[in-house]
Amino acid sequence: MSLDTAKPMNWFDRLAHPGQFLIWSRRLIWPLAIITVLLFALGLWYAFFNSPEDYQMGDTVRIMYIHVPNAWLSQFCYVLMAMSAIGTLVWRHPMADVSMKAAAPLGAAFTAMALYTGALWGRPTWGTYWEWDGRMTSTLILLLMYLGLIALWRAFDDQLRAAKLIAVLTLVGAINIPVIKFSVDWWNTLHQPASVFRAGGPSMPPSIYIPLFVMTFAFTFLFLTLHLVSMRSEVLRRRVRTLERKQASGAAK
Amino acid sequence: MIDLGPHETFILFAYLGVALVTFGLIGMVAIDARRQKARLAALEAMGVRRRSTGKGPKP
Repeated sequence: MSLDTAKPMNWFDRLAHPGQFLIWSRRLIWPLAIITVLLFALGLWYAFFNSPEDYQMGDTVRIMYIHVPNAWLSQFCYVLMAMSAIGTLVWRHPMADVSMKAAAPLGAAFTAMALYTGALWGRPTWGTYWEWDGRMTSTLILLLMYLGLIALWRAFDDQLRAAKLIAVLTLVGAINIPVIKFSVDWWNTLHQPASVFRAGGPSMPPSIYIPLFVMTFAFTFLFLTLHLVSMRSEVLRRRVRTLERKQASGAAK
Repeated sequence: MIDLGPHETFILFAYLGVALVTFGLIGMVAIDARRQKARLAALEAMGVRRRSTGKGPKP
């Protein structure tokens, strides 16, 4: 087919084709990074200079501005991995397993930060760093699942074969996400019930939920930026592997 | 800096820990990106190219 008669790519082709992905994603990285930095600057200014202490928690409410975004991302990242897993298994989308693999270390880091900040908030507020309640235990299980999936990716030389197995395991593990979300409703736990995303709106004044939302957007944009860069690196890593094999087979002849 | 009250240590350690992990994560992702680009460039400089690779835009 000549260049004149070649059909132009539709948006799905551009999304799915690794070469096209490298082209359009390059234009997004700097804008995303700049938005992330601006949101963090605004969020930290709110967190330390323009938000009051809570009438119950006192100044430890400021830990919430980093705890809630990390807890949100720990689950969002896994949902993204589960959707990518469907893309791998159902549509064999070339970028789906790349997305799944790139998200796992990010999800593990956000989950670890959610547990760490939760513990530092819990000690002055509840009197303990840790309690084996539904929310905390299911979040710890989520961290272990992330670490297990990262280990599995590294255990396989053939990344295409690894993707299918890991996609199945990721979907099985997705059952933990509603357990985390509804654990505070299903069981009598130390962790408070939903106070931001709930029917009737947030159960806090704007002076507290505005910094919370700004920091949540900041961390979400950080995740989107890092995920995009990690996906690009994964595409390049696969190209490098292909070229190294080609070079080795050429040298063997 | 505002007065962070009696639990200042907990608040500062929470932010410090998150800052360390966040910068570590950014560094790890940036180093990996740079490493893959360098490896690909080195292979292409040696004349190893994919069949479909023409003189397309650089990644």
